[in-house]
Amino acid sequence: MLSPLEIEALSLSLKVAVWAVACSLLPGIAIAWLLARRDFPGKALLDGLVHLPLVLPPVALGYLLLVLFGRNGPAGAWLHDWFDITLVFSWRGAALAAAVMAFPLLVRSIRLSMEAVDRRLETAARTLGGRPLRVFLTITLPLTSPGILAGLLLAFVRCLGEFGATITFAANVPGETRTLPLALYTALQVPGGEADATRLALFSVALAIAALVASQYLARQLSKRIGL
Amino acid sequence: MLEMDLTARVGNFPIKAAFQAKAGVTALFGPSGAGKTSVVNMLAGLLRPSQGRIVVQGHVLFDSKHGIDLAPEHRQLGYVFQESRLFPHMTVAGNLSYGRRLVPKDRRHIDFDTVVDLLALSPMLARSPRTLSGGERQRVAIGRALLAAPRLLLMDEPLANLDTPRRSEILPFIEGLQRQLGISIVYVSHNMDEIVRLADQLIVMADGGIVAQGSVDEITARLDLRDLTGRWDAGAVLTTTVAAQDQRDALTRLSFQGGDLWLPQLDLDIGSPLRIRVRARDVSLALTPPQGISVLNVFAGRVMEVGEDDGPQVDVLVDIGCPLWARITKRSQRELDIVPGRMVHALIKAMAVDRRGLGNGPG
Repeated sequence: MLSPLEIEALSLSLKVAVWAVACSLLPGIAIAWLLARRDFPGKALLDGLVHLPLVLPPVALGYLLLVLFGRNGPAGAWLHDWFDITLVFSWRGAALAAAVMAFPLLVRSIRLSMEAVDRRLETAARTLGGRPLRVFLTITLPLTSPGILAGLLLAFVRCLGEFGATITFAANVPGETRTLPLALYTALQVPGGEADATRLALFSVALAIAALVASQYLARQLSKRIGL
Repeated sequence: MLEMDLTARVGNFPIKAAFQAKAGVTALFGPSGAGKTSVVNMLAGLLRPSQGRIVVQGHVLFDSKHGIDLAPEHRQLGYVFQESRLFPHMTVAGNLSYGRRLVPKDRRHIDFDTVVDLLALSPMLARSPRTLSGGERQRVAIGRALLAAPRLLLMDEPLANLDTPRRSEILPFIEGLQRQLGISIVYVSHNMDEIVRLADQLIVMADGGIVAQGSVDEITARLDLRDLTGRWDAGAVLTTTVAAQDQRDALTRLSFQGGDLWLPQLDLDIGSPLRIRVRARDVSLALTPPQGISVLNVFAGRVMEVGEDDGPQVDVLVDIGCPLWARITKRSQRELDIVPGRMVHALIKAMAVDRRGLGNGPG
């Protein structure tokens, strides 16, 4: 039913998106917490920086990543020298590009949900003997979980569709960085590739819808469980 | 037991409060905006005073001179809020054990089952807080605070969000805390009925300061505080002991400083202390000892003070061995010439002291 190339693109897309989202989760929660609960100098700057990928052309962002994380870039050289990790032309690079593009969606969703948590509950937990970290883990985080889930799914879907930053930073390497959108683009470059492109487009649609339906269902279950 | 002396500024509102409370129930009373909640929040460590000192059972919780300011989680105080603040993502049992799990085993001086029994929580342990009624939620909140093994329980108008039937449903539970667990309570309220029923000591606050403090009987008898302690609810508090039971007539004799008081029979042991509240409107005055009337309780006394009021009635303070309030019409006052120094007889209808007005005495 699926051609080997399609399977390759599909599984690569899933792998890239899962890694991107999994690695963004903890920093996403931390930054959402900073933005929702803390006042510090430079907060507006951090807020703007997090949201930058939403307003920047993806290609420009991909280029910035290339400058920073390319083999001669400051971060890229460090990663290469110390950990022997190369991001350009590898699926890890595709994951990084996708993660950066999806990060504002993740942070925004968690932040909104965290701001809606009744802080009086946290105060009550403190008077019961809970230290701040414990209160965060036992009260704030569980009550934020619907927002975390929604943010994860939104970011996941965004990662599946990432194109501009990925192709600029990680290039279009078959089996390594050629995710669904890149495979679709490639198919369109070949004369007579419309049929392949249509199939790939349909997969993308199906994947996105499946993810959204799953997120709605999970969010409802979660809200029920935490009594909201 | 509790010793505090605090100065603070909440927004633009200055607060200055110093008091010492003995073991038992201490009520913090005053109109809304008097700063009661702020004081309790400072005790709990939720609000930082600009200077002062808080000591609970010999433990210094706050001392601006020595730079001591314990975090709320280290103060070992229980706090029952006006809104129960139950954690919505946990069951009732989960809520109850939240604080308990954080207390070292050797410090858990209150048993889980005792609290569940005392507050009648066992049928709701597995339920989610959102399925509970307001009164049930407050009971769970009280249990949750108790199980964190506090040295002192703070209650900030715990009944304010409940309607009257719910209030009377939950009051006996709060009475039971003091009696059965021996825990000291700071109880914030602007409802005199609750305070008389629960409290031993009373601190009156207004405009961010403390206006008066003392025993409940003393404070409720003071005329200068009547604007604060309330007119409609005006009454005197008598501290009594159960002296005898008359089985034939189903009456109970209470003895107090002014003599003996007969009440419809109370299910209490002889010798047990009892505080009752006699409302001014249930007391009438006579110049001569009345004869041939059905009122059982008549006390001779001297008029101490006559209040001033715009309405058709005045409140008269009579010393019958302890202070007692009577509310009479201005016409009667004029015709009987009731002025300070005059000897009168105060008549209390036995039936006028209903069970809702009954409180437990100290101890």
